[in-house]
Amino acid sequence: MADTSFVPAASQSRKGKLALRWLLYILLGLFALFYLMPLFVMITTSLKSLDEIRTGDLIALPREVTFDAWRTAWSGACTGIQCEGVRPFFWNSILIAIPAVAISTLLGAMNGYVVAQWRFRGANIIFSLMLFGCFIPFQVVLLPMARILGMMGIAGTIPGLIFVHVIYGLGFTTLFFRNYYVSIPAELTKAAKVDGAGFFRIFWSIFLPLSLPIIVVTVIWQFTQIWNDFLFGVSFSQAGTQPVTVALNNIVNSTTGVKEYNVDMAAAIIAALPTLFVYVVAGKYFVRGLTAGSVKG
Amino acid sequence: MDPILEIKNLYKNYGPVEILKDINVSIEPGDFLVLVGPSGCGKSTLLNCIAGLEPITGGSLHIGGQDMTNVSPKDRDIAMVFQSYALYPTMTVAKNITFGMKVRGVDQATQNQKLAHVAQQLQIEPLLNRKPGQLSGGQRQRVAMGRALVRDPKLFLFDEPLSNLDAKLRVEMRTEIKALHQRLGASMVYVTHDQIEAMTLASKIVVMKGGVIQQIGTPAEIYNRPANLFVADFMGSPAMNLIPARTRRSGGVSLIEIKRKEGDPIILQDANNRDLPEEVILGVRPEDIADAGIRAGADTQNADCIIDIVEPAGADTYAVLQLGGKHVTARLHSETTAAPGVAQRLAFDLGKVSYFAPDTGLRLN
Repeated sequence: MADTSFVPAASQSRKGKLALRWLLYILLGLFALFYLMPLFVMITTSLKSLDEIRTGDLIALPREVTFDAWRTAWSGACTGIQCEGVRPFFWNSILIAIPAVAISTLLGAMNGYVVAQWRFRGANIIFSLMLFGCFIPFQVVLLPMARILGMMGIAGTIPGLIFVHVIYGLGFTTLFFRNYYVSIPAELTKAAKVDGAGFFRIFWSIFLPLSLPIIVVTVIWQFTQIWNDFLFGVSFSQAGTQPVTVALNNIVNSTTGVKEYNVDMAAAIIAALPTLFVYVVAGKYFVRGLTAGSVKG
Repeated sequence: MDPILEIKNLYKNYGPVEILKDINVSIEPGDFLVLVGPSGCGKSTLLNCIAGLEPITGGSLHIGGQDMTNVSPKDRDIAMVFQSYALYPTMTVAKNITFGMKVRGVDQATQNQKLAHVAQQLQIEPLLNRKPGQLSGGQRQRVAMGRALVRDPKLFLFDEPLSNLDAKLRVEMRTEIKALHQRLGASMVYVTHDQIEAMTLASKIVVMKGGVIQQIGTPAEIYNRPANLFVADFMGSPAMNLIPARTRRSGGVSLIEIKRKEGDPIILQDANNRDLPEEVILGVRPEDIADAGIRAGADTQNADCIIDIVEPAGADTYAVLQLGGKHVTARLHSETTAAPGVAQRLAFDLGKVSYFAPDTGLRLN
């Protein structure tokens, strides 16, 4: 309707639109506040002294900022009888997560490459079985896995935990890479074959360089899963190889006398920092990578 | 000299489905073989079999006299250009072209020299440091050709290389491929569904349908003497007119009777006085139906026909009419007097007609 006599109505509707937009922003802002509230409480509490926590308001800002709780959480808090804070366990988690993420991503890329580009008889069945692996509740596999780790002689060790995480990550990493590679025209592989390249050459020279977006997605996914894992960590570790999630639980549960909320909060934030870091650094690739398959021309 | 490519009794099955049936093709060095047919006829599969990208179910395949039936693609001494170009997206044009040499461990100096030669030949020197994503369709096409040329193989394979280009560029590249073939004298196998491409490029055409070879021959043979109704209909644009007709002998001459929309049937006389079955399908190319008077010759016979539609196409004017219950296209002079709904005197050149059996579809003459 390009009729000029309708201008007032049009401006009215523009005002209406503006109001709607504001309403939307306010609503979204409220939700954001709601979600950020626990983080706010965690951070402020971790910066307060125990006295202040006991006497003050839960959501009040700290009157006096102190990093004592952070220091204790990092290197002095007790996990059971040991009082070294989360530091040793934080390193355990790093030693577990980095190789496990790297290996499961690489193997997933290779699996996805085979399932998508080197079709063989039964490829679909194998892929379906791997997908099925994504949906098995991990509680179900605890006992058989414990037995296998024992047979392999790596029970209770960090390599054992890496092994477990690689195995249970493969379903997802394969799925990610398969879906990404399936959108790449088969002619690319054919051209490389005619050019004389073999299976691994094509993978290294042609497919891996194409895969940055999906590698980022997979790494974020796997890192979050493995870093945040508690069940495998608590089941397949022993003193000295426990990941940070298990240590956090022990710190919170093994308080004697006064409950040190500020230390608990600081330890929890420390345990969550690496995943937060990964999201902040690579988050935009995450969204991009998730949609890359669908918009690729 | 051995044929450069010799395929004997080739079969290809996907499970229980036969994709290619008893394929026998042989080409000499320097031949430009075009595999042509509608989509799903198996022509691309055949090309993939020649390349070694698809294993074959039965038969044998020799390249340059050597048995290549079970040899992997990289050892067949072939190069291939794909429909989607299949350029490596993360590599520059130069790397795309030299990738094959790099994989084979050719030394850097030779690589550079060959790259420079090919780049100059295809005029893609300014593009060498770009990535495929920054190229236009025509440029990608050139790079894909460059990747094949640099290998200097025994046999070039082309899988519908022009079908992703727009019409104008397609004609240009077609001419360029032909020029390239003449300059290199290389042996090529080229797959297309475009019969004009097949006619213009080929020194030998293989027409396929449903995994079976319908006819092998030079473009002229295929065009003038199609082996069956399918080839007759598929090759040529506008397509050959296939007109149901009855024949009889009268007074020692062989007569052909074609039903007109109105009035008596047209009676034409077979040029070679052949013995024909009573029912035939008469195949006449549009250019063999012309304005009376302009075309004259021993085998030319005139008849009046009512024109239904007149389609001027610049150099020619096409007229559509009804004969034997079928639409028939005549290729008339651009300044023809033909008008819709009006009878026009047309000249039928019977010197080059084809006769087909209505039941089997096979050529009779």
